[in-house]
Amino acid sequence: MTTAVKARATARPLRAKPAAEWELRLYVAGQSPQSLAALANLKALCEAHVSGRYKIEIIDLIKTPQLSREDQIVAVPTVVRKLPPPMKKVIGNLSNTEGALVGLQLRPALSRSRD
Amino acid sequence: MRRQSKPTIPRTPVLAKSPSGIRGLDAVTGGGFPRGRPTLVCGGSGCGKTLFGMEFLVRGIEEYGESGVFMCFEERERELSQNVSSLGFDLPRLIRENKLIIDQVKIERADIAETGDYSLDGLFIRLGAAIQAVGAKRVVLDTIETLFGALSNLGILRAELRRLFEWLKDQGVTTLVTGERGDRTLTRQGLEEYVSDCVILLDQRVTEQIATRRLRIIKYRGSSHGSNEYPFLIDENGFCVLPITDINLNYKVSTDIISTGIHKFDLMFSGGGYYRGGTLFITGSAGTGKTSIVSHFVDAACRRGERCVFFALEESPDQIARNMRSLGLDLSRWVSAGLLRFVAFRPTSAGLESHLNNMLKAVEDLKPHVVVIDPLSALNSAGTYLDVKSMLMRVIDLFKARTISTMCTSLTPAEGSDAGVTGVSSLMDSWVVLHNVEAGGERTRTLRIIKSRGRKHSNQARELVMTDNGIDLADVFVGPDGNILIGSARASQEQMDKTAALSQQQDLRRKKAHLLRRRKAVEAQIAQLQAELAAEAEDVGLEIDEDEANALGRTVTRAALAAEREHAGRQAVAAQTNGGKR
Repeated sequence: MTTAVKARATARPLRAKPAAEWELRLYVAGQSPQSLAALANLKALCEAHVSGRYKIEIIDLIKTPQLSREDQIVAVPTVVRKLPPPMKKVIGNLSNTEGALVGLQLRPALSRSRD
Repeated sequence: MRRQSKPTIPRTPVLAKSPSGIRGLDAVTGGGFPRGRPTLVCGGSGCGKTLFGMEFLVRGIEEYGESGVFMCFEERERELSQNVSSLGFDLPRLIRENKLIIDQVKIERADIAETGDYSLDGLFIRLGAAIQAVGAKRVVLDTIETLFGALSNLGILRAELRRLFEWLKDQGVTTLVTGERGDRTLTRQGLEEYVSDCVILLDQRVTEQIATRRLRIIKYRGSSHGSNEYPFLIDENGFCVLPITDINLNYKVSTDIISTGIHKFDLMFSGGGYYRGGTLFITGSAGTGKTSIVSHFVDAACRRGERCVFFALEESPDQIARNMRSLGLDLSRWVSAGLLRFVAFRPTSAGLESHLNNMLKAVEDLKPHVVVIDPLSALNSAGTYLDVKSMLMRVIDLFKARTISTMCTSLTPAEGSDAGVTGVSSLMDSWVVLHNVEAGGERTRTLRIIKSRGRKHSNQARELVMTDNGIDLADVFVGPDGNILIGSARASQEQMDKTAALSQQQDLRRKKAHLLRRRKAVEAQIAQLQAELAAEAEDVGLEIDEDEANALGRTVTRAALAAEREHAGRQAVAAQTNGGKR
């Protein structure tokens, strides 16, 4: 993890609404079908499991290519769970719902046990 | 260290090349890697792939003004910088100067869950951004196969890699892709399928506990290339590929003649010594005096004020210096005078290439006039026969190219055996064989010249005599029955010859005296006979005078008588005539 990412991670809560318990970031490359599919799938997952407690930030690497290096992105689409820790990374268009749930650990059971 | 002359890149429109800047490599590839295309460098772990890639970039920046991107999938950027800083590559500086980008791709399977289709556009964008940031012309991907460990969807991965290499070609960057060697394939994941323009194999082989590094160009589409395995080494200046064909046997030769340090040995060569820049090979079994001869050679060179490097492969410098003191040679003073440098190493301590490099470095450093390797045969333990020979060829070529006079010794296993030296001897200009000869219960050293290129030389064996004042050569005596007499037999023969000569002299003197006496006697006799002869002649002379006088008298009388008779006749006629008239 580069220092740049750490700096942003600490800076973000200041700007973010305190309500967003789940903070997710979706990295895409332009408006490709896969990107759009990933975004739709991610929204559906969040609505189903952590409704109202999440925030999705979309990063288009074509517009901000330097973030691909700073955030260690190789494949797109990639979803990064920034909060709650630990950080989780999932790649793919999230069409495999079960895999995405496991990968991001969005299961209510897990989040509830944490509460 | 030898620098390659700038490789002449054929200006064909077909295939432009990107010089690697790695010493020796561009001579093998005929100018470098295919420009604007990917090249695969494969090899087992620890063979130097990463370093190879890094040197390609650093040389590109420093020598050809081409910026580079190093994308590493395994090592950390800081570790990488540290690892190559020992080679004099200052990566942080190059990064500060915006000529190099090191992008470390961290990708671990444990962190990543795959949920459906994806692409590697992230990598493309990342690489594209880096290339753009420094205007890179060279890219190294080290080693992209790591992706296979991190991503499980091989179908996607292979398709994406194919796309990546096509994309790199479109970017016009010369790319080096490293790959770990597989069991039966060049790379574990078959990268050669994607990168097929140029494939270079690095290899580190361990033969009898000695590791040697090799480089081979397996494939170079659209270009001729050296097809051999070339030894290479990694020293503090980076990679160094050592193609034998690098030197084309076109060095200038000297006609100067220098002394071997042993006067009588010099005299065995016509001209009294051997050519400067020549190579003299001394072989012999244990204890025949090889080191002593080369020490003389070194001593003589230092006396002439020339610089020497003594490669001692079996004895320590101190030991050599001590031992040579028994021959009256003080080598230590030349060391302190800075004229002589001992370079001692155990051949088994490292591979041949690093020895070769050490030797070249010492030569580069001191720029000697004379080099001694004692003994060459010790190198046999550092590699196979062919390896050693090819290494020696390069060493000797180098020495010759610099007109460095060289003396090498070699230990032969048994008396008179040429085992292990025949291959090497063909590289040498002169070959001297030392023999231990046992006769009459004693051992004697003899010396013979087997060959001497371009010089007449004595065909006779000489006896090597070690004295307190150095080595001397004694003529070998051939006894009355044709046997060669050496050692004390020679001494006794010499004594006998002296005695014989003495008695012969006395004999001669006696004979002279006798002759003198005889001459005197004969002369006396001659005198006597002459006296007798003279006396006789005197007598005979008197008689002759008388006889001549008589003869004269007789002639006169006869003439007178004749005249008388004529006169008397005429009177008679006249009387007859007168009487008739009356």
